[in-house]
Amino acid sequence: MKDMIEIRWHGRGGQGAKTAALLLTDVVFQTGKYVQGFPEYGPERMGAPITAYNRISDREIRVHSNIYEPDYVIVVDSSLLHVADVLAGLKEDGALIINTEDSEEEVRRQLGGYQGRLYMVDAKKISLATLGKYFPNTPMLAAAVKITGVMDEAEFLSAMEESFQHKFAKKPEVIEGNMKALRMTLESIQ
Amino acid sequence: MGKKDRMSGNEAVANALRQINPDVMPAFPITPSTEIPQFMATFAANGLIDTEFIPVESEHSSMSASIGAEAAGARTVTATSSCGLAFMWEELFIAASNRLPLALTLVNRALSGPININCDHSDSMGARDAGWIQLYAETNQEAYDNMIMAYRIAEHKDVRLPIMICQDGFITSHAVMNIEVLEDDVVKKFVGDYAPDDYLLNKERPMAVGPYAVSGFYMEAKRQQAEALRNVKRVALEVAAEYEQISGRKYGLFEEYRMEDAEYAVVIIGSAAGTAKDAVDRLRDEGIKAGVIKIRFFRPFPAAEITAALKNVKAVAVMDRCEGFSDHGGPLGADMISAMYQANLNAYAVNYIYGLGGRDVKVESILEVFAALQEIVSTGKVGETYRYLGLRDRKDA
Repeated sequence: MKDMIEIRWHGRGGQGAKTAALLLTDVVFQTGKYVQGFPEYGPERMGAPITAYNRISDREIRVHSNIYEPDYVIVVDSSLLHVADVLAGLKEDGALIINTEDSEEEVRRQLGGYQGRLYMVDAKKISLATLGKYFPNTPMLAAAVKITGVMDEAEFLSAMEESFQHKFAKKPEVIEGNMKALRMTLESIQ
Repeated sequence: MGKKDRMSGNEAVANALRQINPDVMPAFPITPSTEIPQFMATFAANGLIDTEFIPVESEHSSMSASIGAEAAGARTVTATSSCGLAFMWEELFIAASNRLPLALTLVNRALSGPININCDHSDSMGARDAGWIQLYAETNQEAYDNMIMAYRIAEHKDVRLPIMICQDGFITSHAVMNIEVLEDDVVKKFVGDYAPDDYLLNKERPMAVGPYAVSGFYMEAKRQQAEALRNVKRVALEVAAEYEQISGRKYGLFEEYRMEDAEYAVVIIGSAAGTAKDAVDRLRDEGIKAGVIKIRFFRPFPAAEITAALKNVKAVAVMDRCEGFSDHGGPLGADMISAMYQANLNAYAVNYIYGLGGRDVKVESILEVFAALQEIVSTGKVGETYRYLGLRDRKDA
């Protein structure tokens, strides 16, 4: 692993991009690494573009700025491609992870002919199949873990199960669906 | 020693308060306040603390109720941010002049307008002359540690002053990071019980709080307040030494980072100090002798101690996350540069206004400041001493 992995999340208010960034912080913490997870706050409202960030390192993280040259960019809502410059500063050897139903050709075209590493996740399909509702953040979190390789998959699943049991203590019926969404996403990414 | 965990700065302070279990917490429960009262209300509702949580209708009332509770003899805390602190303005002076050692946990955010919710230090800097002790934190860890040390400093018989525990809005308050927390019983033992000598509810020794003082007495009362604030420096170091025993973490009135042989120094408050340390490491790798002084106590201001740490530097940049509207620089700049003059320091000094309303501070931003200091030393020309960092349309104001 590099000295520090930096991730930038793009989503829309209400979709859970911030929650996903904080969940990633939570699970990666359990590996003993240093982590940072924080949202960038603007005039918040449902549907407005939002940004969240993660830093992951084996050493103490002291820098408190936003991330301008990310190793990974995660786009939770593909309609943001028309609104935000999601590729801004993305490292040459970095990767873009996007929630989309479109073809690779179409996504690359929308990204202005982007030639770099690209991972496409159909979070809608996975979410509807496992949760019956559209919550893109659970699949995107699994995709982030798989593609960045910040932690072992089995360790991730067990940490998430524990986290869901805590988070959904009052509605345990949604835990299984969320776990399925994570597994299905992990399997869908080559 | 402690337990490794991860939490936001708000959670960190709320957990320190859970461990301290203060007697009373009056707080305005919604914006502009923070998640801290929300966490505390939940702890109280769940029986984790027996703190009396009083949701009030304004910050003027939360500080008034805090004053009443503390005067009655209860260990009291309140929390706010931004314009909430501004709304407490009149009451802040009353808390300090009545020598009430209550605590306020502040999340530093900009004041309107333009309307902005993000970090800067305008709120607490506006209250710097109110007679409160002010401590600032770089990280969630420091906010937690400062909160645990707060009552030991404020309640000390040589001090008896209110204390403001500040952290950077969103940058630390909402960022989840690693932290090491102490065991509950260790914190409880360290903080101890509050046993004031005199308090309103003690019917054996009746007393008055907040009386009128004619001109023949007022000035002496103020001088006593000033002396109590001066005593904070000694008491804070004693408390920090004890805290190191239970936590392993060492605290001074300020932190020196790579200052031993530094020629160029940045004096800075809050989270941007961490970013400045990364900048210093980069410069040190290039052989440039850079260092950082991070203010922990802004009130009292450790003028003599800081200038002693700066005695060999060639140039200093004092960083203010607040526009003081003096047309001469910011509040830290004013204190620092007068302290340097009194100490006969022979170093160039400039004052930067930075990071207002959440303007991001990058490692490169701090490198730019150090480059300016090098330029000043190499040319012998200081130029404009009141500067802006990271302004969009021009570099220096």
